Amino acid sequence: MILRLALASLFARALTVGMTILAIALSVMLFLGVEKVRTGAKASFADTISGTDLIVGARSGSVQLLLYSVFRIGNATNNVTWQSYQDIAARPEIDWIVPISLGDSHRQFRVMGTTREFFDRYKYRQGRSLAIAQGAVMDDLFDTVIGADVAATLGYRVGDPIVVAHGLASFTEHKDQPFRISGILAKTGTPVDRTVIVSLQAIEAIHVDWRSGAQIPGQSTPVDVIRQMDLTPKAVTAALIGVQSPLQTFRLQRAINEYPQEPLLAVLPGVALQELWAIVGIAETALLAVSAMVVVTALIGMMATIFSSLNERRREMAIFRAMGARPGTIFGLLVIEAMLTAAMGAVLGLALLYAGLFVAQPVLDSAFGLWLPIDAPSLREGLVLAGVVAAGALVSLVPAFRAYRLSLADGMMVKS
Amino acid sequence: MTQPVLKLSGVTFRWPGRAGFALSVPDFSVAAGESVLLLGDSGAGKSTLLSLICGTLLPESGTILVNGTDITGLSGAGRDRFRAEQIGVIFQQFNLLPFGSVVDNILLPLRFAPQRRGRVADARADAAAICTALGLPGDVFTAKAHTLSVGQQQRVAVARALIGQPPLIVADEPTSALDANSQAAFLDLLFQQKAAQNTALLMVSHDPRLGDRFDRVVGITDIARITRAAA
Repeated sequence: MILRLALASLFARALTVGMTILAIALSVMLFLGVEKVRTGAKASFADTISGTDLIVGARSGSVQLLLYSVFRIGNATNNVTWQSYQDIAARPEIDWIVPISLGDSHRQFRVMGTTREFFDRYKYRQGRSLAIAQGAVMDDLFDTVIGADVAATLGYRVGDPIVVAHGLASFTEHKDQPFRISGILAKTGTPVDRTVIVSLQAIEAIHVDWRSGAQIPGQSTPVDVIRQMDLTPKAVTAALIGVQSPLQTFRLQRAINEYPQEPLLAVLPGVALQELWAIVGIAETALLAVSAMVVVTALIGMMATIFSSLNERRREMAIFRAMGARPGTIFGLLVIEAMLTAAMGAVLGLALLYAGLFVAQPVLDSAFGLWLPIDAPSLREGLVLAGVVAAGALVSLVPAFRAYRLSLADGMMVKS
Repeated sequence: MTQPVLKLSGVTFRWPGRAGFALSVPDFSVAAGESVLLLGDSGAGKSTLLSLICGTLLPESGTILVNGTDITGLSGAGRDRFRAEQIGVIFQQFNLLPFGSVVDNILLPLRFAPQRRGRVADARADAAAICTALGLPGDVFTAKAHTLSVGQQQRVAVARALIGQPPLIVADEPTSALDANSQAAFLDLLFQQKAAQNTALLMVSHDPRLGDRFDRVVGITDIARITRAAA
């Protein structure tokens, strides 16, 4: 009955209570939303590469290797010689190995040389494969497959010719060997979207007339001559490896790291991603802290509302007292009201979050490649909601104590 | 004469923070089933006396026996509980929680008084019966209290004071918000039910015209003395 009266009392003040609930709901939605985006971004980040057991490159740092081989950020300090690549590929632990050759660009996008196997082996977001949206995987030496962002940004279609520039942000273009777009990949939300993919041989082909980063003066080998040449690469930038059995991963990693002929580095993508996340995750934590402050602000707003309502409710408290309610009961009543308000705000906030997710999920996925799963509330979210209710109870202690003092002084008589 | 339902002896009270302003009641009692009208002007200490009887104020000295128990010996919470068990309270106006239903308002004191609750077999039926006896239409029972007229609200307050048959009803000018006709009808009903339940009634008023209905009319200046020592 006390609970029913508390609810009735809240209903009687529907407008102010509703505003308080709305403020709490919006703050809870913001907090949970930031948390969702944070975990979603982390998952999307971790989903950039999956199904690959090891990444091999020249010896540098694991984060650096991950950045240039997967995220196409920064540059390799050195290459892996073709001989070393062949040695690794021949090891018994290897299930598959896909070479990656970087260093050239087209407009602002990186060019990556690889084998056709890349399209089968590169997986993202828990084992999803790359899909060709238009056209086909490259067939000819001068064919190229471009990522969705490349096509969208530059307005390319299948069949368009493109010219690859040597180096990055370079104006020296390999004009002699124009490429043709054979296929456009579907959007993945990974760095593949911003990559121009050619065959490993094509990378060699465009460098036929180049030595030590400069074009040999006067030399220009015709395309049909190049086609007859042996285009086996002398080096690759990195390689993605799948092992026969997960148990062999660490043995292979150690073997590569201790490879005597050349200083190499093999990293587990998951571990390197964790290291990278530890660096960029700080910003996300700051965002979470800010949204937590918004929740605190909403709860303090509720406290102010309870405070301002106390005076007009003194008569109500006097009636309770006359009927035999202790001042402690008045105290409890106010705390219960605050908890009910906070609980309603928390539940409404959760509902708003899910409504927002349903609307924003496809948009975020296609625009940012950020996939926010719509799951049942997690334990963590449940704890957040319970925490909001508990914090609501906590901040209500201050006005409740004032009400306690007032009702003790007033008794059943309110001087008005 | 049976044991008085209310007996104050040697009670003195001093308002905290107001030096020299004190109330003393040497001897005052109300017998079981008796109706007493306490007359006094505002500022004569009526409210303070009622607060003392109800136990929301504690006297400096003296004893206040309610139904044989000295409430000055009880703790604050004990006095609150005792008030709920033994005394029905009716105010001038604004008696009801406006957002609560009529039935919730009537049953509210029982929530704090398990013994009084135990005296009622079926609280809702009892409340309905009292409402009917007080001439309240049946459909107000579940209505929100703020939708009732002032006269109806005062009758609901009477029903709330009567439920569970407390030995004493304390009423603080319950008719002052009513017009003359309603006052008479209200008092008729109040006395009818008071007689039916054999409850003692202590009513405070400034209006001597109400006196002929009561067993006894007492001026507050006859039983209580207010001293205002020069500051």
